[in-house]
Amino acid sequence: MTDLLEPRAIGQALVRRDGEQKVRGTATYAYETPVEHPAFAHPVQATVARGRVTAMDTAAAEALDGVLVVLTPFDAERLASTDDAEFAVLQSPDVAFRGQLIGVVVAETSELARQAADSITVTYDEQPHDSELRSDRPDLYKPEKINPSYETDTEEGDVEAALRSAAVTVDHVYETQMLHNNPIEPHATTALWDPAADVPLTLWDSTQGVHPDRAAVSEVFGLEEEQVRVVCPYVGGGFGSKGTPHANVMLVTMAARALPGRPVKLALTRQQMFFLAGYRTPTIQRMQLGADRSGRLQAIALDVVEQTSKIKEFAEQTGVPTRMTYASPTRRTTHRLAALDVPIPSWMRAPGECPGMFGPEVALDELAEELGIDPVQLRIINEPDVDPETKQPWSSRHLVECLREGAQRFGWADRGPGRRREGDWFVGYGVASSVYPTMRQAQSTAAIRFEDGRYVTEIGAADLGTGAWTVLPQIAADALGVDVDDVEVRIGDTRYPIASVAGGSSGTNTWGSAITVAAREFRSKFGTDPQPGDEATGDVDQASSDEEHSAYAFGAQFAEVRVNADTGEIRLPRLLGVFAAGRIINPRTARSQLIGGMTMGMSMALHENSVFDTRIGQVANHDLAEYHITVNADVGSIEAHWLDEHDPYVNAMGSKGIGEIGITGTAAAVVNAVHHATGVRVRSLPVTLDKLLPGLP
Amino acid sequence: MDAEITLRVDGEQHQLTVDTRTTLLDLMRERLGNTSPKKGCDHGQCGACTVLLDGERSLSCLALAVAHDGAEVTTADGLARDGELHPVQRAFLERDAFQCGYCTPGQICSAVGVLQEVDRGWPSHVTEDLTGDVELSRDEVSERMSGNLCRCGAYEHITPAVQDAGSAR
Repeated sequence: MTDLLEPRAIGQALVRRDGEQKVRGTATYAYETPVEHPAFAHPVQATVARGRVTAMDTAAAEALDGVLVVLTPFDAERLASTDDAEFAVLQSPDVAFRGQLIGVVVAETSELARQAADSITVTYDEQPHDSELRSDRPDLYKPEKINPSYETDTEEGDVEAALRSAAVTVDHVYETQMLHNNPIEPHATTALWDPAADVPLTLWDSTQGVHPDRAAVSEVFGLEEEQVRVVCPYVGGGFGSKGTPHANVMLVTMAARALPGRPVKLALTRQQMFFLAGYRTPTIQRMQLGADRSGRLQAIALDVVEQTSKIKEFAEQTGVPTRMTYASPTRRTTHRLAALDVPIPSWMRAPGECPGMFGPEVALDELAEELGIDPVQLRIINEPDVDPETKQPWSSRHLVECLREGAQRFGWADRGPGRRREGDWFVGYGVASSVYPTMRQAQSTAAIRFEDGRYVTEIGAADLGTGAWTVLPQIAADALGVDVDDVEVRIGDTRYPIASVAGGSSGTNTWGSAITVAAREFRSKFGTDPQPGDEATGDVDQASSDEEHSAYAFGAQFAEVRVNADTGEIRLPRLLGVFAAGRIINPRTARSQLIGGMTMGMSMALHENSVFDTRIGQVANHDLAEYHITVNADVGSIEAHWLDEHDPYVNAMGSKGIGEIGITGTAAAVVNAVHHATGVRVRSLPVTLDKLLPGLP
Repeated sequence: MDAEITLRVDGEQHQLTVDTRTTLLDLMRERLGNTSPKKGCDHGQCGACTVLLDGERSLSCLALAVAHDGAEVTTADGLARDGELHPVQRAFLERDAFQCGYCTPGQICSAVGVLQEVDRGWPSHVTEDLTGDVELSRDEVSERMSGNLCRCGAYEHITPAVQDAGSAR
């Protein structure tokens, strides 16, 4: 049990502290850092999907007036650590996937750098590549663990026997597509190598964590962490793709080290991001459910197949939510990977939970139909008393309340079992559950110093648009018992105490806990009448923690879909979510996070699809004209509500993390609504009209 | 190849020698230090670089600087006059019509353009009555703002923010 902070600033819908800079465009993102006399870098990418670079003719590039540096695998510096193959840029002429970095040009202008990079002729020894994900591949393998460190497979009870004896079963394969994070700010860095300085390397990098970024770069280049400073006050979106550095950060660092004293800027182009900045693996999910006539699940089995790159493993934990969402006496989850000659997959908003709440939540809808039970009711019937996986009690769980309140707000009772037609449109309603674990990272420190009558709170946290600039002062104010205007929070710089990555929806929980400890230390040392310069620090590991409870946020999402009877055109006029995510620190920024997650979930359901051409080993639609994301006119009404949930076990704020839960379940709710509208069951995302037309009534 | 041009950006006059390959966007961001317009795709696909070019909303990544000798450019930063935010900017703050902020200056310039176009009675794909005034409905705003992508998914707040600013005129 934790004594929760008395909410005074917490719970206020404060306007973003960084809002004015953002609406004016004066917030400086990484590439925009004002520096003296910058040079500009442009990468060279492999144009074969596998093989070896045998020669690179850089003479034309080097002959251009204004070209400063040209680096290739044949002349680049040797890195101190090549343990992580993604970071081992220009260390070998081997090509492991199309688009891999094989060179860089630095020039006086960005136009010249690009021209010079384009003028380099590359000769390859091209090898056949293998980039097709199929669930019948004989070389699928079982990874040792799945992201970040979950068990690969789990099994409880005799699943096969339970399926055989179940009154009703569902057995289908569901597929989620390859997805690219595509933050609107491309991955970008301004890098300065000044060997004579106390801190020789400075990176203004677009990252979800300045400290993890620094740790990775210093290891790769054999520097002490104190020799590297990473600065990132603003991030133009990350959605996981800036949670770890990618090869571009190592490349620009290498380029800067080849040009001491000159700041070097590198921003990936939108097209390059499809090769280099991570993505969500496609998943193939065989889902089996068995239930008795009353709807009680007797067996749940999810067998997942997905891909990774041959040079670096990333195993998306797609089966994880199936381990704990619903009650069942028997259960199995497995993960198998195909290692392919493809770019390296990585984190994308709610890795695991996002694809993992697709197959199971659609299968449940299919089971509800088989049983003739309302899909909301079927979920309520299978509510578990304790965490089915760990057998621990819940810190708090209000999925049923979310389902009930959502149904009431949405008007679910009007749904009716059959198809409804209004003019040229079939109308349908669908529901799905949302879930996301409540996490707190092990390491983060906050410092609080009394300065000019204000409490200056420093922590190397990141604000990706999530609201940290605004929300952390609210927490500090309540932890110190002062007005929020008396608190100044500084984030986004390794000069501030160490902070964990903004990932796993853990930022506020982790940094806020460290701030709470620091505030307690500050008050116990200096009382309520501090002197200028008084300072105290606090570590998250000193915050009370709970090992006895299973902690998750839950939610329920409802979708209204309209499908044109003649064309199959799909519209989504209404999306409504109700969430139980602990205490909401700032309702204004929280609502934006939740509707933002739901909008991205809608985008996954209907629009996004990285079409991988296995003949050439690359995403064919690698730009924003061809890779569709939801646009303004696609969106109807999106409502996010939350329950006033009290949870004394998670942390001193009582908060659970809201950055990712909004994207979980959305696609299933949409697919279920499409089925209700049309009778067509789409088991492969995205739902496009070609999948509906043949089956329309 | 270089060319001489003059350009007025956010009220400030510039005499410049530009590489003829240089876009208006790169000129502002990499030469003039005005990073209010953002680069999201460099291909006119995302809208983050939207500015007001001679008063009209325009994608600065698709405009070659040399082709706009003598032009007047207003960025989102330039919309805020004498420290006072433009009504569209205030509405974006109040509605929390952004998260990461990277598409925001483009959204705001685009919204200012939308309001002007509606004032002139320009119809859009969703305008039903082509003879009367254009009503600043949700559908009208959504349609007209769809060239500006927002990956944080703030559309649900952007549309009413533009409507708020429009009705406050």
